[in-house]
Amino acid sequence: MIVVTEACTPEDTGKWEWCRVDELLNPPPDAAWNSLYNGLWITIQATVIGAIIAIVLGLIFAIMRRSSVRPVSWTATAIVEFIRSTPLLVQLFFLFFVIVPTLFTGMDVETQAKVAGFTGLGLHYATYMSEVYRAGIDGVPKGQWEATTALSLPRVRVWTSVILPQAIPRVLPALGNYVIAMFKEVPLLFTIGVTEMLFDAQSYGSSTFHYTEAITVVGVFFLVISIITAIPIRLLERRYGHL
Amino acid sequence: MLSDVWDYLPNLLRGVIITLEITGGAAVVGLFTAFASGLMARSSLRIVRIVARVYVEVFRGTSAVVQLFWIFFVLPLLVGWQLFPIWAGILALGLNIGAYGSEVVRGSIRAVPRGQSEAAVALSFSPADRLRRIILPQAWVGMIPPFGNLLIELLKGSALVSLITVSELTFVGQGLRQLEGNTALIYSVVLIMYFILAYLITMGMRFLERRAKASLGMRPVASSKPSDKLIQDVPS
Repeated sequence: MIVVTEACTPEDTGKWEWCRVDELLNPPPDAAWNSLYNGLWITIQATVIGAIIAIVLGLIFAIMRRSSVRPVSWTATAIVEFIRSTPLLVQLFFLFFVIVPTLFTGMDVETQAKVAGFTGLGLHYATYMSEVYRAGIDGVPKGQWEATTALSLPRVRVWTSVILPQAIPRVLPALGNYVIAMFKEVPLLFTIGVTEMLFDAQSYGSSTFHYTEAITVVGVFFLVISIITAIPIRLLERRYGHL
Repeated sequence: MLSDVWDYLPNLLRGVIITLEITGGAAVVGLFTAFASGLMARSSLRIVRIVARVYVEVFRGTSAVVQLFWIFFVLPLLVGWQLFPIWAGILALGLNIGAYGSEVVRGSIRAVPRGQSEAAVALSFSPADRLRRIILPQAWVGMIPPFGNLLIELLKGSALVSLITVSELTFVGQGLRQLEGNTALIYSVVLIMYFILAYLITMGMRFLERRAKASLGMRPVASSKPSDKLIQDVPS
């Protein structure tokens, strides 16, 4: 189905056409594509949910790797190293085609894609973030650990009241940088059918044959948002310093 | 099950070769653009610095997939000719990783003690010689570990090229899946292959690092963390 609004002439001028951008952002009612704003919203959802997964799971991996129980630390190391050195794209396929259909049988495909996509993104970046946490935890002076032993604090309080409050502020900028990196990885999710920005651009392109404006606008959106979100992270870096 | 793997292996290995070609090609492009833009960022001419900055910000600020699609789908419409998918992939990944590498080059050059540069001036080295014979050999040692990480990122990124129909490892895996339906097994083998490749890259980079340090008369300490001190091999 080819849909052309009045604003855009049907024939291809071969030049940049602003009306295409308008069409992409505000599709006519019977259009075969969703507005790019819709994709932007899904992209933001994917980033936020993925980031929450990565921030929590990354910390768990980092703590597991420090465990004195060998199998625990060994498992965490193996998981982190494996996920970190294989492509996110293949991991997404694995989650979407193998894991999620077996775990959530009754779910419709669109939700399955989102579950696989968000957790895949989160899991992949959890391994990066675990390295960041590890560096932050290593940066806590040894005396702090000794003090907790001297005070015979229970294990949980050692982490929650002494170590993490000192480690986490220092790693905030690095974690923030990874959240921006995650944001830029979201377009990969279109391969399993999550309707993020690149998905919208693709469906616009395939129904109008105008890829130029569609893909360029997606690029500009990414550029603008990542430059803007980098500002608070630079501020954090100035406050807490580089790791 | 093991015999299935054996059947898939020839096709998957052909994919591995293409993956390595893309990774290698993009590494060459990336190395070139990283050095070019990293050195440009130190230029005394404002306009040269701005060009380097814009390149780095644009390629670091947008998605690798979007860049790939832009080069493959949009560029042909603007310039009138289309790259072969594999060349488009190499170009896009190379330019992307080069932007990250640019910061590595810039940082490592800045980390070379100022005295080295001053000594070269005192010995009346020409600016080109100063860079080539004094600064870069020392900066290079610091660049190798981050370049190794980027090379692994590049290997992982090469999977994206399957989206523009280049028959590398991921693409072959998808094809086999559609043909055989043995999804879990095929993707597991593909993931393990990527893991092995990444491991080999890590090994190779450690070797390079040892050699670069040896050429400067330094001996690496046991681990390769950037904070580790280097030990002078021969007392002067």
